Amino acid sequence: MDLIERNVLTLWAGLPDYLRSTIWILIVTVAVILSVAFTTLWERKVIGWMQLRKGPNRVGSVFGLIPGIFQPFADVIKLLVKEVVVPSQANKALFRIAPAITLIPAFATWAVMPLDPSLVIADLDAGLLYVLSLTSVGVYGVILAGWASNSKYAFLGAMRSAAQIVAYEIAMGFALVGVVMAAGTLNLGDIVRAQAGGVSQWFLIWLFPLFVVYLIAGVAETNRAPFDVAEGESEIVAGFHVEYSGIAFALFFLAEYANMILIATLTAVFFLGGWLSPFEGVLPAGHFLAQPGFHWLFVKLFFFLTCFMWYRATFPRYRYDQIMRLGWKVLIPVTLVWIAVEAALVHFGIGPWSTP
Amino acid sequence: MLVQILFYGFSLLLIAAALGVIVTRNPVHSALCLVVAFFTSAALWLLIEAEFLAIVLVLVYVGAVMVLFLFVVMMLDINVEEVRKGFTRHAWVGWVAAFVVIAQIVGVYWFKGLGIDATVGAAPLPEGYSNTRALGEVLYTQYVYPFELAAVLLLVAIVAAIALTMRRRPGLKAQDVAKQVAVRREDRVRLVKMPAERRDEGSAP
Repeated sequence: MDLIERNVLTLWAGLPDYLRSTIWILIVTVAVILSVAFTTLWERKVIGWMQLRKGPNRVGSVFGLIPGIFQPFADVIKLLVKEVVVPSQANKALFRIAPAITLIPAFATWAVMPLDPSLVIADLDAGLLYVLSLTSVGVYGVILAGWASNSKYAFLGAMRSAAQIVAYEIAMGFALVGVVMAAGTLNLGDIVRAQAGGVSQWFLIWLFPLFVVYLIAGVAETNRAPFDVAEGESEIVAGFHVEYSGIAFALFFLAEYANMILIATLTAVFFLGGWLSPFEGVLPAGHFLAQPGFHWLFVKLFFFLTCFMWYRATFPRYRYDQIMRLGWKVLIPVTLVWIAVEAALVHFGIGPWSTP
Repeated sequence: MLVQILFYGFSLLLIAAALGVIVTRNPVHSALCLVVAFFTSAALWLLIEAEFLAIVLVLVYVGAVMVLFLFVVMMLDINVEEVRKGFTRHAWVGWVAAFVVIAQIVGVYWFKGLGIDATVGAAPLPEGYSNTRALGEVLYTQYVYPFELAAVLLLVAIVAAIALTMRRRPGLKAQDVAKQVAVRREDRVRLVKMPAERRDEGSAP
């Protein structure tokens, strides 16, 4: 056993760099896709429980233990065999590539995500900017889908989404300015390392207003309830993807959930110390609960992911002008004020961060 | 070798996209071609290890500016005939501008008086060199005043743009959202206490 392990390790070390990173990319991508599949199931389950229902419980109850565990696969197969209808007046090429454009940035962002103390696919110094720029590219898929469908409802959805994302991106960017000021770096791994030393060092505490703003902006950015006016089914049928069917629709669905996982992970990385253990400094250093690792990141992102579903089950949908008001008149001023407060704190040396 | 293939690939794509911006008839397609052009030039910048500039180009132009551009272009009902009126009459301005730009590019390439030698590529940077860090160090020490001046200038532009476009139209019935948000239950619902009534045995409900 030991021999096999050693052989595998030497083989792994002997691989050229690009092959190793390609393998990591494949692993992370497949993991994200599987997580997305099970996130859809988890959402239906959670909302089901909140509404005193059972949720999906038919497909693949393995020995009666986990009823409904294969529901995502059943859904995918169903959507794959359905016809993808392209409206005759649609702009065909754009109509077809729009779902891919929404999906690709959601996956590409994982390249700079610090998953583990030593594991990050691309240790980019401008990682935070990379994240911001890719999340803003995702909106193109929505806009193109709405425009290329040549349908009024889809177009309205696309316009709503564009205005909403531009508005909330500013709040999100400002919230991250605060994180950058506290960490003194744009590198995501270093941002996590800057929060080392126990829960009291997490940016959550000192940057709490920015954390709240980031979380709200994240929900808005992913077009999730209560900010899901881009598809608001009570007003504009299904918004930007009203003309999509089959697997093309599923790609939008996939992108939405991939973005949810992404925002949940980013919140954990920026404000809750990513892969750092919450028991650091409380328990002795050798204790297994005090070790940093991917499992802590997973716990944190799972919490936020569940929060996304909780919001959806709890809040009624915002009215569109109220969304705009919240973004421009509430969230942005809050971030501006807190950045000023933080600058003062940094200047007078109050707080966990040291002036470099 | 790989870098060269990437460079020529992205360059061709960039030129094609740039041509597409001016050649396609549909303004939305033009705007999308411009997005592709921004992306490919960002990729070219990545090849010379200017990752900060590349990412910022995508962030600012693709992520913000072009979204708004598309937003406007999609809503416009452009009469192409109307726009093309006088195309040949004013074409010479375009020719002059194009000539000047081409002359500048050729000048950078052929005359090395500026200290730029465009015939050789950028020298590979040492291991561990961070473009982002280097830019930040220069921007916040040596060029801190120009940098902040530019920031203030942009702020002034924002305020000016808002001041120019904001107008109060009389007779507009807008909702006062602050008032709506401040509504309490007591303003809307009145709970009335009344004794329970016993239903008479004989009468129909």
